[in-house]
Amino acid sequence: MHAYANPTRFLAIAKPLTPWLLGVGLLLVLGGAWAGLTLVPGEAKQGETARILYIHVPSAWLGMGGWTSLAIAGLVQLVWRHPLSGIAARAIAVPGMLFTALCLATGSIWGKPTWGTWWEWDGRMTSMLVLLFLYAGFIALTHGDANGAGGQRQGGSLSRGAAIYALVGAINIPIINRSVVWWNSLHQGPSITLGGSSIANELLWPLGLTLLGFSLLFGAIVLMRMRRIIADNRVAARLRRLADDEGHCA
Amino acid sequence: MKAKHQRLILAVVALAGVAGAGVLGASALRDEAAYFRTPQEIKAGKAVVGEPMRLGGMVAANSIKRQSDGLTIDFVATDGKASIPVQFTGIVPDLFAENAGMVADGRMRADGVFVADKILAKHDEKYMPPQMEGMDKAVAKAAAKT
Repeated sequence: MHAYANPTRFLAIAKPLTPWLLGVGLLLVLGGAWAGLTLVPGEAKQGETARILYIHVPSAWLGMGGWTSLAIAGLVQLVWRHPLSGIAARAIAVPGMLFTALCLATGSIWGKPTWGTWWEWDGRMTSMLVLLFLYAGFIALTHGDANGAGGQRQGGSLSRGAAIYALVGAINIPIINRSVVWWNSLHQGPSITLGGSSIANELLWPLGLTLLGFSLLFGAIVLMRMRRIIADNRVAARLRRLADDEGHCA
Repeated sequence: MKAKHQRLILAVVALAGVAGAGVLGASALRDEAAYFRTPQEIKAGKAVVGEPMRLGGMVAANSIKRQSDGLTIDFVATDGKASIPVQFTGIVPDLFAENAGMVADGRMRADGVFVADKILAKHDEKYMPPQMEGMDKAVAKAAAKT
């Protein structure tokens, strides 16, 4: 019963929060994209192609932030056995992978007119591609290990292997972040650092809108997916109880 | 000690081990994972004549010369500490320009000229609106580094 106490409290918060995250997130993304496409000028050297950064940067942030949260969830699951953490990790994996793919795709579309190539094996691009494969591996590892065949895991938690995989994969996150500093690369160095931004303010502000907007959307997707996993678990648990009862009657 | 604490310590120790392995691996790759070599590295003897490699650097000011065939260009790649003359036949990306970064795929010739098969333009981390472009160039000249 302990396993269900927390999800219930979680649902009481998650249910009313979801439409707010979704609505505000969508508004910010649309507003930021509109501002980025029409209100701000094109960049001095790149011209119009620079506008893709309003999608590219939030995608990269969420792809990497997604795995960071996934790894934290894996740690919480491993150490404290909190039933919600495994559900959260499983819920994050798919949108995390989606935004990583979006980051790679927008980067490639930008790279062709800017650098003159769709793809090069430089440190940043390679490590980001590794992140995409890490997500794919995690999804494959956790797919069907909740209540599926064998029923190894109840309540949507991760197997120990999946949790360790999430933690070990986290080593790639600082590598992605530092790849343009440690190794000379085709990808430019970080534009936004703790010291400030080398993107002029006139071009920067729509990025704030899309960055926050996509993050809220990401949160909404994760909450929806968590609720779905919890609902699936309850159905599975109820079916199991029914089957047990029938077994006793017969 | 509670099982919970044991698991926490185990996880932290394992994480530290994995992180240490990652850092060691990354620093060992410092040379191998570099996407290109700088003129300074090449001058320091890191280039074998005729071996395929990448050279990255800024295109030196007033160094682009177009030959009479209209396709071949000569320019000087620099990192502020060393310079290498480059020759390339073909079409360069739109952003290829003097005082801007570039990466060239090719090989060193015995006479010290880098012969490129492919040229990519490298964009820096600065994003400017058009009216501030002049300032950007001054900054790029001062920094003169990729």
